[in-house]
Amino acid sequence: MTTTVQKAAVRAVGTGHVRVEGRDKVTGAARYAGDIPFTELAYGWLVLSTVARGRIRDIASAPVLEMPGVLAVLDHRNAPRLKTDFVGMMGTRPDPTCAVFQGDTVPHLGWPVALVVAETPEQAREAAEALAVEYETLPHDIEFTGDHPDSRPADGRMPGVTDKGDLQAELTASAVVVDEEYTTPEEHHHPMEPHAATARWEDGRLEVVDSNQGTSWVVSELANLFSLDPASVRVRSEHVGGGFGSKGVRAHQVAAVMAATVLHRPVRVALTRPQMFALAGHRSPTIQRIRLGAYADGRLRALDHRSVSRTATVYEFVEASAGVARVMYDADAHHTENRVVRLDVPSPTFMRGPGEAPGSFALESALDELAEKCGIDPIELRLRNEPGRGPVSGLPFASRNLRACFEEGARRFGWAERDPRPGVRREGRWLLGTGTAAASFPAGAAPSTAAITAEPDGRFTVRISAADIGTGARTALTLVAADALDVPPEQVTVLIGDSEFGFAMIAGGSMGTRSWSMAVIAAARDLRERLVPGMAIPPEGITVRSDTTAQIAALARMERHSYGAQFAEVAVDPATGEVRVRRMLGMFAAGRIVNPLTARSQFTGGMIWGISMALHEEAVRDPAFGGPVGADLAGYHVATHADVPRIEADWVDDTDPDDPVGIKGIGEVGIVGAAAAIANAVWHATGIRHRRLPIRPDRVLTAAGTDA
Amino acid sequence: MKEFDYRRAPDVMGAVTLLDNDPDARYLAGGTNLVDLMKSGVERPARLVDVRELPLDRIEPSPDGGLHVGATVSNSDLAAHPEVRSRYPMLAQAVLAGASGQLRNMATVGGNLLQRTRCAYFTDTTKPCNKRDPGSGCPALSGEHHNHAILGASESCVAVHPSDMAVALTALDAVVHYETAHGQGEVRLDQLYLPVADTPHRETALPAGALITGISLPPVSVAAHSRYRKVRERASYAFAIGSVAAALDVRDGVVRDARLAFGAVASRPWRARTAERALIGAPATAETFAASAEAELAAARPLPHNGYKVTLMHNLTVAVLSELTEAVAR
Repeated sequence: MTTTVQKAAVRAVGTGHVRVEGRDKVTGAARYAGDIPFTELAYGWLVLSTVARGRIRDIASAPVLEMPGVLAVLDHRNAPRLKTDFVGMMGTRPDPTCAVFQGDTVPHLGWPVALVVAETPEQAREAAEALAVEYETLPHDIEFTGDHPDSRPADGRMPGVTDKGDLQAELTASAVVVDEEYTTPEEHHHPMEPHAATARWEDGRLEVVDSNQGTSWVVSELANLFSLDPASVRVRSEHVGGGFGSKGVRAHQVAAVMAATVLHRPVRVALTRPQMFALAGHRSPTIQRIRLGAYADGRLRALDHRSVSRTATVYEFVEASAGVARVMYDADAHHTENRVVRLDVPSPTFMRGPGEAPGSFALESALDELAEKCGIDPIELRLRNEPGRGPVSGLPFASRNLRACFEEGARRFGWAERDPRPGVRREGRWLLGTGTAAASFPAGAAPSTAAITAEPDGRFTVRISAADIGTGARTALTLVAADALDVPPEQVTVLIGDSEFGFAMIAGGSMGTRSWSMAVIAAARDLRERLVPGMAIPPEGITVRSDTTAQIAALARMERHSYGAQFAEVAVDPATGEVRVRRMLGMFAAGRIVNPLTARSQFTGGMIWGISMALHEEAVRDPAFGGPVGADLAGYHVATHADVPRIEADWVDDTDPDDPVGIKGIGEVGIVGAAAAIANAVWHATGIRHRRLPIRPDRVLTAAGTDA
Repeated sequence: MKEFDYRRAPDVMGAVTLLDNDPDARYLAGGTNLVDLMKSGVERPARLVDVRELPLDRIEPSPDGGLHVGATVSNSDLAAHPEVRSRYPMLAQAVLAGASGQLRNMATVGGNLLQRTRCAYFTDTTKPCNKRDPGSGCPALSGEHHNHAILGASESCVAVHPSDMAVALTALDAVVHYETAHGQGEVRLDQLYLPVADTPHRETALPAGALITGISLPPVSVAAHSRYRKVRERASYAFAIGSVAAALDVRDGVVRDARLAFGAVASRPWRARTAERALIGAPATAETFAASAEAELAAARPLPHNGYKVTLMHNLTVAVLSELTEAVAR
């Protein structure tokens, strides 16, 4: 057959397209990891520690092995040994929580101590719940305080400390000073689809059918842990019902591989909601101190942002909340510091907007307090402090359109009519207020590979081990490929979620679509060079592969970020402490928007999460036991439909002609600043600052009592 | 999960016979609480007797001029019933303030009364709890208790009753009807739940093996002018941190009759009789309402982290009574 390349009439990127797999999802045809049938499938159930620190003295496996259907009990005495001294694809060492059953030490409540495998999930669960584990209990410490003696600066993904200028001198010389502490609680990401993985060996190869944010990542971790050739490991993850940072390698995949190895049959392990509170990672609580010193006109002389987060004793993850100050505002003296303290708690991890989400709550609340003290409009204050270059890096910005976000947002929100005085608008039992905050999130890219095949029938097939975790990535890549190939999207099939397609970046860090698009565009460019009009396409098609490693290494060093301006109107009943968000507007500058339909959904999703963060979400640990109280979705509140008002998300033009794809990430920036905008609106409504999230009714009532 | 036997009861006596006073057997109605408790291991019944399909799903006038509500009437149907909405608006509002649409379609009136506390220590079998495991202790006293009781609690248990519906029923002096192997019985709602004392595991006055068959709502004329307001930590789908069911009859600026009950403050719906006495015969003013709330809440014994509930209940009582008064004036 000869090529009949049909030119696309219009560009696909930039026009709204429904999800290509949408029909499969709403009709149930799309199968999720826990739904896919396998013959001879056995079911594993994890047993988690009920003590917060100690040693396993004994695990009474024998009686459980006699229970109906039970096939095996794996624990530290009989589980396969794992290799843990490696640095994985994401540049981090494995979280020991995932390297299950390698010792008798229990470092936190909810630590995996055993896996019970049985013929049915019900049998496995009953046996797991009957498994008696005897512990030697040791004293534990989960008391997280800002001045914990063991806290220390920590680097994580960025330097722990940055410092320039004489902070004390500038603060002393400042006409206006804000010095406040802000706290955010432990928060959890619970995708609609809980974690589930099925492992099996076939013809000497390990296959894992999983729900994750990157099959390349999971292959790399599993191959390292089990000392396997990565080429002998295949991970598939076709549909993912949400990830939000929680779906990397977790205990259940490793336990499933162990059980499949021992039993020589496929084994599935799924997490329950309560188990996810210990094993899916979470966002650390933060205690942040912000000191701002300004001239009378609001220009910053001093900016000090110090954040303490909490990590596990066995694994260090830094919730780098002070990082946002390194991007947003400059000052003559500028100090930022991320500290961690190791406590006897489960390992935290990336959760939507890591660093920026809690960091922006503190920094953008403090800016609002500074605006109040200076008597300057909060938007004007921010515009007066727009930096010309990266405040810490000194690098130029690659398209920074925050000003446009504020100006267009203010116009649509009706900001000009706002009376700045707090506590003066009443409607029935409600006090009304409005607030705003800035948002940013890094727009990075990481090396990826992609393959595109020109099929004999004139269609194109793209293969890339990208992950669509509900974002619409599959559809976005279809549009990107269609434009790059200059064909209508209907002629392009994008296959994702399979490590066989080669190495690619994960869906994370707001880097997925940008990274994958680079690889798809590069492959399309090479393929089009190969395709001569009228040439014959062989039955197997013509395939080209791309690898963006060199392209990404050659990117100019710049400050690349997405930006946004968040606006919120709230109503507060001072008699009951109820806070309701009445409307929200988010204006974003986030590069080229690939699919406006799904992009809007992703922005508003982030903003809704911001409502949740501002008003609802909080995991409370009981110091006596070391574990969360009410670890389920009845006890851990997230915003319901009734909490979500009319929300508008839109974007300003944010083109960057120097960028190879012009696409920035949009996955995280939607939550950034949202909680601060709401908290600032609560102040505007009531005249009372809430520096501790979430703003629960009891806190509103208590604060009103103190301040009145 | 523990395997269990499941039977569907053919009729009321059949259900009672099937249960056979067996402490390991449970009646299953909507299952919106029991099934959750079975998943978490709090309940491990050997046998379930399904009563959801029993012919107790009618709402009918009773001879005294009130209403009789069958035990298997769904929460949704109760809240939607025209007589309930016009004569007992606080009851319809209370039901609609609870759970979600899906849960209200499944949940029954009888089951609602017997749902268990959502205290997170009660629902976590790895923790001590005097209600679940008598004598094991109450970690909520020194732990997480910002939504626990301020009234009528004890050192043994500070959990609160979760029902919204029962708060309105308590204010209405509803009567619970039940069936046992030895015949029928009835108990007034304010007598249904036992005081906590040192026996929090003993929750109701129902005889062993009793099946709730229905509820009688007496003809309470003041109830036609009533309201239920619930404060919770999100706009929907959460248990109350404080709620008020109030009915008020104001004529010539004076409170002629009043009914008042509080939710989420005690191990049972809290009938605010002290406040009612302070209201009746007094001028219908904010001062009276505040004084009545203060009188009732004088008995409050808040814990370190739930003192806000005293303020909340005070403010909410004044707000609801004021709203009812203003509605009369208009």
